[in-house]
Parts: sequence; structure tokens; C-alpha cells
Amino acid sequence: MAHEETVYDALGNAQDDHGHWAFGTGFDEPLAGVDTTVPEGIGPADLGAYCLMLGDDALVLAQRLTQWITAAPELEEEVAIANVALDLLGQARLLLARAGSVGVLGRSREKATDSIPDEDALAYFRDPDEFRSTGLVEAPNGDFARTMVRLLAAATVRLAVFARLRESRDPVLAAIAAKGVNELAYHRDHAARWVLRLGDGTDESHRRAQAGADAVWPLLDDLFTATDVEARLTAAGVAVDPAEVREEVVSVLTEVLERATLRVPEWPADAAPRGRTGEHTAELPELLATLQGLARQHPAATW
Amino acid sequence: MTAMTVTTDPRAVAETVTDPELPMLTLADLGVLRDVRVEDGTVVVEITPTYSGCPAMGTMRADLLHALHRAGFADVDVRTVLAPAWSTDWISEGGRRKLAAGGIAPPGTAPVRTAGPVPLQLGPTRRTAACPVCGSPDTEELSEFSATACKALRRCTSCREPFEHVKEI
Repeated sequence: MAHEETVYDALGNAQDDHGHWAFGTGFDEPLAGVDTTVPEGIGPADLGAYCLMLGDDALVLAQRLTQWITAAPELEEEVAIANVALDLLGQARLLLARAGSVGVLGRSREKATDSIPDEDALAYFRDPDEFRSTGLVEAPNGDFARTMVRLLAAATVRLAVFARLRESRDPVLAAIAAKGVNELAYHRDHAARWVLRLGDGTDESHRRAQAGADAVWPLLDDLFTATDVEARLTAAGVAVDPAEVREEVVSVLTEVLERATLRVPEWPADAAPRGRTGEHTAELPELLATLQGLARQHPAATW
Repeated sequence: MTAMTVTTDPRAVAETVTDPELPMLTLADLGVLRDVRVEDGTVVVEITPTYSGCPAMGTMRADLLHALHRAGFADVDVRTVLAPAWSTDWISEGGRRKLAAGGIAPPGTAPVRTAGPVPLQLGPTRRTAACPVCGSPDTEELSEFSATACKALRRCTSCREPFEHVKEI
């Protein structure tokens, strides 16, 4: 068996002879062997659309966070941010793969060659209007304080949703959520400790943390309004009504800001969903151009 | 492979495969190897990711296939199981000893996750880990995140050596 002596040989050997698409991670299908049957009474189109909402939030925030790599204030923090982004990327992969498993691929399949796995087709070959991420995650990082306030808000909302999703009637979604809860608790608490340290720190760190909160709070306006998809899936016992997590999110964020000696900005009035229905700022196409550019330049590349 | 008679237990073979990032541990020690069984002549292996983004899953899958193929099992199906979510409580006693011997502090007991909201943890984490170099219990956390998703970075306040700690999840 001398021809199979290295891990890399084995990786190749584990696959067919057509090579792997160069940009994704097709040799490691995240849902390989998982029973992806959709339980009775659940609309696959709705389920896929919902997985895109949750998956795109994670993918876009992961991409934003990686913009700190080589630029974080200290080495340990750079590693921490990369770890948080990696967890989110993992959640995105599972959720996009789940969307693909129920046939929700939008126009991505027309652009991606057949050898590209569904999760990668969804990540690299959807246009901005097909993304379902919220404005909270697509906004630019700003300075480090604003990045940590945004991470705190995004992780708090996501943790509250995932904690409830553990009871979802879709067993795949429930399993992804149960796993995600353990990770998101680390993300939220890490960001919360930074907000405490910055808010209750020097005059300058306090000023920046307050400015970060003031910039992030208006982005919370459309997070608590259900789309039609979420409303139908909530009724079917699959999704979480975002209105249901509002109280918990307000309570957690208020506690952290108050203990950080920061003024809690005025809570914005609930607004109709924007990002969840494909309405985005100009920031998203710019972010996606970086994420998708190379894969789209060389869509048939294999290694 | 048709002429080959397989006498080895596939579970015993799968249990020899080590973790790509913690090579002192087998996947069985780590609790990632969930099941090995034979279904209609196919060896079915179930593994579970430690973290959602664990980049080692592909290598684990390939290493398992490689080891089982080399032991003469032609038909092998490595499947992912997501539920229940992996916990550091699944790391075996032997695995914990091997971690410590390898200079990595093993995890304590994982937090219990109940159905309700997850409480905020704003203070410094209260977890403790003895220094794997000098054994001192006086250690401090430098960062909850380290070179891999599953480890935190700590330092011994007695011998001053930094070390990694598999954090509880």
C-alpha cells in the first residue's frame, strides 16, 4: 500500500478521480451521512429559505471578522477573532448545506459548475440580492470597540434564537442549533467582557465604546420582525419568531452596557425586515466581491 | 479485495486512528468516534465534529478510510452525526492523561446547558487548570481562544510557562 502512505494521498483517494473544486472544502461535506429527510408538514422551500437567513448571517459576520486578521490590537485577540469567525463559518457551512439538501439553491446552480458542492455554490455564486443576512452583520467593522459592540449584539440575538431552535421540529436544524449554542455563548461573553473593559476603561476607550453602541443600535430595528417564511415556520414548530427573543436581547444588552458604564442608546422602533428579504446596503456587494471574486474568476478550477 | 479474508475487528482498527491536531489522542479518546458497525458488508463509521467549524473533519474522515482500507475493509462509509453535540465530557480518562502528558491541560466538567436562556458570564472565567509542566494549581487564563477552536491559552503563575488548556464545552 505504498501508494497510500500520506494523508494527502488518502484525501485524494477518498474521492472520485475528478479532483476537488479549488476554492471550497468539497472533500468534507459537513452533512455527509446525516439523514436530511424533511419531516412531514414542513415546506422544503421555506426550510431552505430559513437556513439561508441563519447561514448568511454567520457567513457575512465571519467574513467581516476576518478583516481584523493582521490588524487586531493584540495577538491573542487576533486568534480569538479568528476562532469566532471559524465557528461562524462552520455554522454557515452546515446551514447552507442544509438549504442545498432541500433544493434551495436560487440562481447559484446556473452559475456554478456541477463539481462545486451546493454549500459552496450558495456561498460563492449567489448575487447580493439573493443573500438573506441582516444589516447588523453587513455593516462595516468600524474601530475595535464598534466591532466588539456589534459582535456582542449579533451573538446575543443569535444565541437567543439558537437556544430556542434546539427544539425545532427539523432534527438537522435542532442539531446545528444545539452545537451552535455552546459556541455562541463563548462569542457573546468574549465580546461582553471587551465592552466592559472598554466602556469602564480610559476616557478614550469609553468614548469609542459609546460611539460604537450609538452606531450599532439603529441596526437592531429589523431584527425582531418576522418575515412570512419565519411566521409560517414558527407556526409549524420549525423556526423561532424573532419577536420572541426581543425581551431577552434587550435585557442582556442593557445589563452589559450598564455595567460598562455606557449609556444605553434609544431602542429603535421595530421595522419591516430588509436584509431578510434581500434588501441590502452597498456594503454587502463590496464584501461579497472580496469573498467571491476569485472563485468566480476561475469557476472550474480544481486541485 | 475479493480474495482477502478480513479477520480484524473494524472497531479496533478505527480506534487506532489519531486526531490530526492532537496527535497524542485517538479519535476514540477524544469522543469523536461515535460508532463502528457493519451493515450488509459495509463498515459504517460515525464521527461527530468537536466544533461546527472544525477544519480537521475531512482529514479525520480520510484517515479513517485509509486505516480501514489498509486493514482490508473495501467498503467503508464514514458518516457525520451532529446530535447530541460533542462535549469535552466525552474525552476519556486515558485521553485526559495523554493530554496532560503532552503538555496540554485537560478540561474540567462541561457547563450544563438547560433549555432556557444561557446566562451571561461577565467576570473572568472560574475554570481552573493545573499546570501540565510543574503541576501547580496557580494558573491564569491569557485568552479563551488559542491555536485551535477547542483550546484556551493559560500561564502558570508558579513556573511562568504558558500552556494550552482544552476548554470545557
